[in-house]
Amino acid sequence: MSDGLGGELPIPADSRLKRDMPLVPADSIAGRALVVVIAIMTFLACLTAVGALLIAQASQRWRADVSREVTIQIKPHPGEDVQALVSKATEVAARSSDVADVHALSKNESERLLEPWLGQGLDLSQLPIPRLIVVHMQTRQQAGLESLRAALTEAVPEASLDDHALWLSRLGTMADVIVMFAAALFVLMIIAMATAIGFATRGAMAGNREIIEVLHFVGAEDRYIARQFQTHFMRLGLRGAAIGGSAAAILFLAASLLSALSNSSAGGREIAALFGAFSLTAGAYVAIFVICAAIAALTGLLSRQIVFNHLRQLM
Amino acid sequence: MRGLVLCFENVGLRYGMGAEVVGDLNFSVDPQSFQFLTGPSGAGKTTILRLMLLSLRPTRGTIQIFGEDASRLDKDMITGFRRRIGVVFQDFRLLEHLTTYENVALPLRVMGRDEASYRPEVIELLDWVGLGDRKNALPAVLSGGEKQRAAIARALIVRPELLLADEPTGNVDPAMAKRLLRLFVELHKSGTAIVIATHDLALMDQFGYARRLVVGGGRLTVYDAEAA
Repeated sequence: MSDGLGGELPIPADSRLKRDMPLVPADSIAGRALVVVIAIMTFLACLTAVGALLIAQASQRWRADVSREVTIQIKPHPGEDVQALVSKATEVAARSSDVADVHALSKNESERLLEPWLGQGLDLSQLPIPRLIVVHMQTRQQAGLESLRAALTEAVPEASLDDHALWLSRLGTMADVIVMFAAALFVLMIIAMATAIGFATRGAMAGNREIIEVLHFVGAEDRYIARQFQTHFMRLGLRGAAIGGSAAAILFLAASLLSALSNSSAGGREIAALFGAFSLTAGAYVAIFVICAAIAALTGLLSRQIVFNHLRQLM
Repeated sequence: MRGLVLCFENVGLRYGMGAEVVGDLNFSVDPQSFQFLTGPSGAGKTTILRLMLLSLRPTRGTIQIFGEDASRLDKDMITGFRRRIGVVFQDFRLLEHLTTYENVALPLRVMGRDEASYRPEVIELLDWVGLGDRKNALPAVLSGGEKQRAAIARALIVRPELLLADEPTGNVDPAMAKRLLRLFVELHKSGTAIVIATHDLALMDQFGYARRLVVGGGRLTVYDAEAA
């Protein structure tokens, strides 16, 4: 072209020149609604995931604690010196190299275990109350338990050894079911969120039909247009996920502070015994961060794919 | 056939099961040629421009663009050809959320060029069409004439091999129309084929050397410059 259009000019340093506006308009009512939906879903997804993580950790802790503990039970029979049998069984257990600690419950302690069922103030001396010996094993290995069982059977045939396997298995099953339920809930939330993103993307495509048409006419490739929408939706996703994730993290932080404060009360101690101290490990906060990043990426990639499919149908 | 910018052979278009909107279109556009596409309002000028731009697919006949059969082009190839075409729409089609500068720079931006690399030429072209002081203005605050000039600048910025313009001087005063037409003439001299859709007889009379493609009743008749 002649004089009018070409020429070597220095690049004007016009700082007031607006030149970075995204091709897909950044702010719209639909966009703000999507941010709210993503924030709520991210919040719920984080609660579900971290809740499942807490239960899984607590269940693991219970199993680790309980599976190292076994109980020797000696039922009293007429004409037998139960105390002597208890002492003998305690001695046998203490001799075993696999045992870390042995504690024989006294007659009084054994009777107190029945108080929740029978009430206080009863004379239980005439009842044949079994005597218990609590044994902490060094490891959770089955071999150590079997050798203890064999030694007991030989020395004190009246004693029976309970390794809590049935209780442990039920506890494990219950925890696993809760974790699986939480995982299913998490997946459902992600599907619901993906559906909302799909609707929002299609809405944005319809609302920006003219922009897409003009971009096509000026020579934009489908990849380029899809990238614009991907960037737009990824920003919305990031904003929503950051709000939801931060809210979840703040909630957990507040809950752990409250839990620490209430630890002085009996109820607080019971909750702590069940769920631990309700303090999240760094891993849980990393999980929240990963969920937020994954949701933002999902938002971008999903909208990109929907835009691509839509553009493929256009000429 | 090779070497022609555009070649229409028995092209017809109908929407659904309706009657043909345009039919039996037979004409070609040579490189560096200058032609007006004219006819009464509603005759089908814009439809023919859209067929040229490959935004409509003909229901019969063949369109060759830059020597290629348009029906065999995939989307990437169509995009490639569109980068060689500048287009000015009757309704301007400026993106409302972008400034005048961003709208004019859009064809270069979508090619993936760095903004700093095209800033001088965009600013120079904006100055040339009289929008130098409206660089940061949004289309909503531009007058009809300013929007038209911005739309023309956007079509010219890539120095296209084919320029399609739909009523490009319809909203500007005679002095600006003359200035814009000078721009088209400059572009034509530098090798661009020009197709201007208009029903402005006075405008066409200024270009005695231009061919006239006259649309009427859904058919097109070509009047070469000598015959016009």
